[in-house]
Amino acid sequence: MSAAPATLFTDLRAVLPGDALLIREEELRPYECDGLTAYRALPLAVALPHTVEEVVNVLRLCRARGVPVVARGAGTGLSGGALPHAEGVVLSLARFNRILEIDPLARSARVEPGVRNLAISEAARPYGLYYAPDPSSQIACTIGGNVAENSGGVHCLKYGLTVHNVLALEALTIEGERLTLGGRAADAPGYDLLALLMGSEGLLAVVVEATVRLLPLPQCARVLLAAFDSVVTAGNAVGAIIAAGVIPAGLEMMDRLAVEAAEDFVHAGYPRDAAAILLCEVDGDEQEVAAALARVQEILKHAGARELCVARDEAERQLFWKGRKAAFPAVGRLSPDYYCIDGTIPRSKLAEVLTRIAELSREHGLRVANVFHAGDGNLHPLILYDANTPGELARAEALGAAIMELCIAVGGTITGEHGVGVEKINQMCVQFTPAELEQFHAVKRAFDPAGLLNPGKAVPTLARCAEYGRIHVHRGELRFPDLERY
Amino acid sequence: MDTADQSAAIVARVREAAAAHTPLMISGSGSKNFLGRRVTGIPLAVGGHRGILHYVPEELVLSARAGTPLADIETALATRGQMLAFEPPSFGTAATLGGTIAANLSGPRRAYAGAARDFVLGCRIVNGKSEILHFGGEVMKNVAGYDLSRLMAGAFGTLGVLLEISLKVLPRPEAETTLVCERDETSAIELMNRWAGRPLPLSATAWSEGRLYVRLSGPAPAIAAAAAGLGGEHLPRAEEFWRDLREHTGAFFTDPRPLWRLALPSTAAPLALDGPGIVTWGGMQRWVKTGVPADQVRARTAAAGGHATLFRPARDASPAEDPFTPLTPALQHLHQRLKAAFDPAGILNPGRLYAGI
Repeated sequence: MSAAPATLFTDLRAVLPGDALLIREEELRPYECDGLTAYRALPLAVALPHTVEEVVNVLRLCRARGVPVVARGAGTGLSGGALPHAEGVVLSLARFNRILEIDPLARSARVEPGVRNLAISEAARPYGLYYAPDPSSQIACTIGGNVAENSGGVHCLKYGLTVHNVLALEALTIEGERLTLGGRAADAPGYDLLALLMGSEGLLAVVVEATVRLLPLPQCARVLLAAFDSVVTAGNAVGAIIAAGVIPAGLEMMDRLAVEAAEDFVHAGYPRDAAAILLCEVDGDEQEVAAALARVQEILKHAGARELCVARDEAERQLFWKGRKAAFPAVGRLSPDYYCIDGTIPRSKLAEVLTRIAELSREHGLRVANVFHAGDGNLHPLILYDANTPGELARAEALGAAIMELCIAVGGTITGEHGVGVEKINQMCVQFTPAELEQFHAVKRAFDPAGLLNPGKAVPTLARCAEYGRIHVHRGELRFPDLERY
Repeated sequence: MDTADQSAAIVARVREAAAAHTPLMISGSGSKNFLGRRVTGIPLAVGGHRGILHYVPEELVLSARAGTPLADIETALATRGQMLAFEPPSFGTAATLGGTIAANLSGPRRAYAGAARDFVLGCRIVNGKSEILHFGGEVMKNVAGYDLSRLMAGAFGTLGVLLEISLKVLPRPEAETTLVCERDETSAIELMNRWAGRPLPLSATAWSEGRLYVRLSGPAPAIAAAAAGLGGEHLPRAEEFWRDLREHTGAFFTDPRPLWRLALPSTAAPLALDGPGIVTWGGMQRWVKTGVPADQVRARTAAAGGHATLFRPARDASPAEDPFTPLTPALQHLHQRLKAAFDPAGILNPGRLYAGI
């Protein structure tokens, strides 16, 4: 151990109680990666403070010593955003797990950053309220992490992303200065720093408290399954629903490979011979739902759906969703490895992009299963490959890069909801110009001049862009295998 | 509709201004000149940079140049059965899209659909270094890079000259009805909050002169069922009522005293400032006409957990020195640093929002 860490530990011990500092390798090991395990690094130390004052002290100490700080929630992220820095401290907010206040009349909840996403909805349920963003990892992921990634979920077309559902944040700068961003009163004075923090991947400030908006639980929700003979017809049907003025609560699509895999895995009752299926959920009061379902059925029939089936009851509704939510692990059973893409495209390009992905799949000689949030154009093509077959990994990477670049080319983005982290940092060089990247860095410097908060993530240096490379995700290394991924 | 791409000329003006350290006063139609601090600078007219660039209804996205009249956009959307769900006020007929977003102005639907900033998907700007930068895009979900497009909403042009904006748009509701009943202010505020906690198709609420107004929007059967449950009388010519409220053309707004906009937690009790008031946005926004000194208005609003904007000075008075609620020292410092990150020479609308940024 070099002298520098030794004195760092002494300083950290001075500001943290004994149970709030980990420095031994076996204690650090659980923090070496997040949900994207292809990237691993051991930090110098992990701080597990109990109080905001302790967080302030850790930040000030690290700022004074020039030590990088990587904030961490549940570590469920899929892009390596919480990957430790080898010369840095991991700042775990796991102990900040209390719901501080629920105000049923004002429909808001004030929570600490380590509170799990689903725990908020569970606590709000007795009041007939819930927290709308529902990322697939919601049983484990924390609200602090949701803010860092601007997390979405199945229902965000209708109910918005994290940015639309957080009213206020208490955050600390690297200097340990406390900022109140947003508030229970609308449109806080000055720049919209609340929005700026959403999706900033822990590079600008550390969230120590969040006030979130709660919505009334819908009276009822029903789901409809539509089968199609071609993915292009299914893609066009998505546009037809939305053009007709219906905003479904959820609109999900799976192609044949994904349908077959899901059916083998959970027997959801999907038609195996369909080229693609759509799941369309509508919610509201009884009359509204009945009217919307009738409308959607008519649109889908007109758009060329071969088969339509409304879930008869809540049990069948859950079963339809179970197939969709099990699609990732189900596809994982088809192949030793898969590589998940997270691009978002304009909805009107859906059919065109699916056709092109099928062509690219043939050109690269690898199968692609398509599972995605069709309503908001967020694709999750899963590239199937076998890392043990020479050359397949390189082909998978080349195909992934081609799909991401296709997303950019049709006016989309490389990441809809998983974040850039370390995983997609090279593709940022394709999506943004050097001047745009430099503007991002300038914003970072405004908050964190020394570049100590989560350095090396989210925004590539121009030097890195010059050495552009490609990186991949390996299924065998996905942590939290029991969490749903969709 | 006329269209013109003046981005090259705008970039050239910003480049010259940056080189000469000459402040620019960005102006669309000038319809929001009353709002915010006065800028001393050479006018940079951007209203001619106009035209809808891309609108495909099934994408729920519209992209337009910042100088495009709001009215043109609303017409284009209406012909396809869609709308700007934040229902922006235009304060005159010439309002531009850019000014609307720069001021982050939202109308009656704000509490139920979201603010202007919630619908910003992407934008193209010229920063103070005369670089054209594009952030966000035309897609619903995008977490690549910081969300600098949303940051432009409410920045009053101090971080960049808006060139193009992409917005999420929504279908117009199939049916709409407004109910009205007699209520005092306190019970009206409580009812607004109680209603919002139930799955009702609310799209606007207001209290004014002892009457509580609630607008329901959605499929006709849902509206009918909700209206039957809420009670009250159907308001005739409801569209006019909400338009007058949104555009400040109702009788209340002719009062010569200063117009204050109080943003408060929705459940905050009435502030009882001397002067008439209107409650909107489910209790989150209160308009007050009062001659009470600014520091007292601000102190009372802050004590209730909110912030106050001197939205329009008294009739015939000069613009206010500090219309917006002052920032805490920590936030002010951060604002100055962010301003410098986008506009190091300090030439873009300097002082429009706060002195020094």
